[in-house]
Amino acid sequence: MMLTCADIVKLVTDYLEGELTPAERSRFEGHVAICPPCRGYLDQMRTTVELVGDLREEDVPPDMEEHLLVAFRDWRRDE
Amino acid sequence: MTRVAMAFVSRRAVADEVVQETWLNVVRSLDAFEGRSSLRTWIYTILGNCARRRAEQEQRVVPLSEIAADEASGDELGVMQGRFFESGRWVGMWSTAVSRWEELPEDRVVSSELRTALLEAIDGLPRMQRAVITLRDVEGWSADEVCAYLGLGDGNQRILLHRARAAARSAIERYVEGGTE
Repeated sequence: MMLTCADIVKLVTDYLEGELTPAERSRFEGHVAICPPCRGYLDQMRTTVELVGDLREEDVPPDMEEHLLVAFRDWRRDE
Repeated sequence: MTRVAMAFVSRRAVADEVVQETWLNVVRSLDAFEGRSSLRTWIYTILGNCARRRAEQEQRVVPLSEIAADEASGDELGVMQGRFFESGRWVGMWSTAVSRWEELPEDRVVSSELRTALLEAIDGLPRMQRAVITLRDVEGWSADEVCAYLGLGDGNQRILLHRARAAARSAIERYVEGGTE
């Protein structure tokens, strides 16, 4: 049976997570290949994941982290 | 961290206390940190322990898996009302345009406005969805790590992620299209 656009929306996370069976996967990709709006939607989801990833606060640089760890340990010892 | 703590303890104030307690424990037990995991992962492990302890003291404990199952139930799979034909020859096909989000800056760096919109969307999610998207997509954990940390099954983890991402997508769409809600 052919997938509808609504099916693509439902399956998009399973697709991106690599959790579709090979058969489902090829039906998914077959639909997206011929359906520009679904291609747009898949792009939007990829962009969403990327943008949400940008919310991550940066780690302190490794040398700074080491410096802080040492400082905290010393501070504890002085308590 | 508060977003993740709130998976375990539902109240914001308690979650804030859990985060504070976590930092105290981090500082107290720094000598035990051997650098086998990243500092970040280690801090989240302590957070999980503090939060679980706190949840046990505070309330009748509802297993997270049960809350997750509840949030994952129903057949809402991110299909937006009114955007697909509901009958006729084109049933299930898009009835409205899907924009290309070309207004987003080329390098896709989150502007502070979009950042605020996304954080609001995430904060507005049910607690397990909020924790899952925070750990998976913000912190970059694998599905297996998140399942183990929150005690979720694979399928539910994916449904929660799916719903949370759909909400984040909608928030970006509203931002791009400049629509007032």
